[in-house]
Amino acid sequence: MITEFGAYALVLALVLSALQLILSAIGGARRSSLLAGAGRGAAVGAFLCTALTFLALIHAFVLSDFSVANVAANSHTAKPMLYKVAGAWGSHEGSMLLWCLVLTGYGAAVASFGEALPPRLRAYAVATQGALGVLFLAYTVFASNPMARLYDVPVEGASLNPLLQDPALAFHPPFLYCGYVGFSVVFSFSMAALIEGRVDAAWARWVRPWTLAAWSFLTVGITLGAFWAYYELGWGGWWFWDPVENASFMPWLIGSALLHSAVVLEKRGALPGWTVFLGLAAFTFSMLGAFLVRSGVLTSVHAFAVDPTRGVLLLTIMGVAAGAGFALFALRAPSLNSGGLFAPVSRESAIVLNNIILSTATAVVLVGTLFPLIREATDGEAVSVGAPFFNMTFVPLMVLAMAILPAGPLLAWKRGDARLVLRRLWLALAVAAILGLVAFAVVSPRSALASAGLVVGFWLIGGAVLELGERVRAFRAPWVEVRRRTTGLPRGAWGTTLAHAGLGIFVLGASFETTWRVEAAQALGVGGQLKLGAYELTLTDVGTAEGSNYIAERGIVKITKAGAPVCEAKPERRFYPTGKQTTSEVAICPKVLDDLYVVLGERRAGADGQPAWLVRAFVNPWVRLIFLGPVIMAIGGLVSLSDRRLRFGIARKVEKAA
Amino acid sequence: MKRLLLVLAAIACTAGAAADPAERLPDPAQEARARELFREVRCLVCQNESIDDSQADLAGDLRQVVRDQVKQGRSDKEIRAFLVDRYGEFVLLKPPFSPGNALLWATPGIALILGGVLMALLLRRRVASSTEAEEASRLSQEEEARLQVLLKDE
Repeated sequence: MITEFGAYALVLALVLSALQLILSAIGGARRSSLLAGAGRGAAVGAFLCTALTFLALIHAFVLSDFSVANVAANSHTAKPMLYKVAGAWGSHEGSMLLWCLVLTGYGAAVASFGEALPPRLRAYAVATQGALGVLFLAYTVFASNPMARLYDVPVEGASLNPLLQDPALAFHPPFLYCGYVGFSVVFSFSMAALIEGRVDAAWARWVRPWTLAAWSFLTVGITLGAFWAYYELGWGGWWFWDPVENASFMPWLIGSALLHSAVVLEKRGALPGWTVFLGLAAFTFSMLGAFLVRSGVLTSVHAFAVDPTRGVLLLTIMGVAAGAGFALFALRAPSLNSGGLFAPVSRESAIVLNNIILSTATAVVLVGTLFPLIREATDGEAVSVGAPFFNMTFVPLMVLAMAILPAGPLLAWKRGDARLVLRRLWLALAVAAILGLVAFAVVSPRSALASAGLVVGFWLIGGAVLELGERVRAFRAPWVEVRRRTTGLPRGAWGTTLAHAGLGIFVLGASFETTWRVEAAQALGVGGQLKLGAYELTLTDVGTAEGSNYIAERGIVKITKAGAPVCEAKPERRFYPTGKQTTSEVAICPKVLDDLYVVLGERRAGADGQPAWLVRAFVNPWVRLIFLGPVIMAIGGLVSLSDRRLRFGIARKVEKAA
Repeated sequence: MKRLLLVLAAIACTAGAAADPAERLPDPAQEARARELFREVRCLVCQNESIDDSQADLAGDLRQVVRDQVKQGRSDKEIRAFLVDRYGEFVLLKPPFSPGNALLWATPGIALILGGVLMALLLRRRVASSTEAEEASRLSQEEEARLQVLLKDE
């Protein structure tokens, strides 16, 4: 009953989205506040209906109602409750429903909280959001309905892939989607501005909070995914340049570019066309990501051809939405005022350079991800584009961007003084270079590349700190003055500092971990010992353990350093009888910044006929920084978001006075 | 007990890992070179995993092939050529520089040049129109006063 109610609510959400589109569009065109208001009401209604469907689906998962096809295919009575709930968005149908929920949610947010926006801009933005809602809800209702029933009800469900039964992964999709789909608002605002033919500083100020929110969510979502891969897949890697990862990374890169160009537009009125272009592109990449991940096209063109319905539909949706957006852009871009002027050495130029590099990086990731498909489709040759390609192309681009990054916030708008900036930054550069040299001399094995990576990381952190110091006149002005400046500093400035320093922290971790990781592996019987750098590992026991839906072999590994106990690791090898899958459950001993990472491998016959287990262990130095850095970046985004200058009311005041 | 046997059966199916001492070459220098190569070679049956990461049986076989070749003193280039000959370009995670892969390798250069040209155009237009525009964009006294009020408001 509740399931049918959910299915009904989903159809209702589709109808309300259509109303949202029509009423808001007419309301905007005729300047009718009544119609526009009705459109906003429909937007809120569409969100509430989608939310009801989502709750109904969670209800079906919680009760293990296997008469619902989606539950039968993705759940199991023995699954822990968290994963039953998370199962609601673990499948294709469920994740598309989550997509719709977030999409209508953002639409309702614009409708409810956008009171300060000019009425027409708001009506057109709500209308565009409604159009996107129609496209994706129609897809969900007709091609991927999560509430579909089964006539032949199975006794037990097929369960969720055990690799996905993990807390980090349970929360990964909601964050990711709040990010991905958050760019839909930016898309809608861009469309609204293009329809009105006006892109100005005020518009940038309205768009920036949405971009910041989406970007911060996406940062957390991607980091959760990387963290999951790190401890779940069992070889300590955290980024694989897998097409699925790339699909989420491209909107992030474009979103980062957009964050910066929107600042230029807001402060200086420059780059309006480019900023709107990025606004359209960010959500286009989100849709591309959904298509790539959800259509199966990535495994192979042939796998895609087996069941092309959904893929073709998603591609069509993307084509319609992006096509409309860019067509309108092409029509209106020439008439956009090109705005403020700036010299080659200026903060604007630095941000333009940042945008060029980030866009190039996006192009590299895009072509790298699609290239196997392109080759397969053109000359039938199968090729692979993996981590070594991206390390060789993407990483140098980022190093270039990071080399100029600390100078950006110190340069003046319009016309900057490069020598003055260098004089202010020499301290950061010197400290970074010295620390890099120390690492080169001290850490073995010697690696110039990784030491250079550390220099870049320290340069970013030092630059961020110096910039903050410069703003509050630390060590230059009297203490009272410094304190006054520190408390008076806008939140946006703190956000910038945190985000840039967070990036530096990530770079430190990534450089250190990838180069100086220590690895050891040995087939150990009970009582066997393994040396891992400065640590000694002893396999003291291997027993069995049982979870609600798996049975496991659990090893007890005592770790000591020079005889002193460090910790006891309990790695597992789990077997899930439902799907007949084996997973390894890594044991991690955190050591402030480093991780001791222990994996229990296969059982094999040892030398003396006794059983032995392949124990692999790693010291992952500074690995915590890899995950801490992006979290700090996201916090920076949220701190900026709380800046009162970014709130709608202030922007309205400016608008009114102007 | 039956369940335990089931566990053991499942566990026995998976092969070792790149660092498995049973697979390692005796010469540490050769072993290090082999590990470098592993990172560039795709586990053909896996999804985007190198044979250095993968624990699939086939990855183990490929590691054996690479290690054998390293042991025979073949150069990295020869080993790559050997693998491509046997399994096609698909086996390399970094496609070689070849006409077929021109688009892939040219992308960063083309995109950067395009961006550079756009930026140069942007700056040049600015220089040309800067003097008169600067005049035009200068605020009147009244506007300046209003701006100050607004800024104070923040």
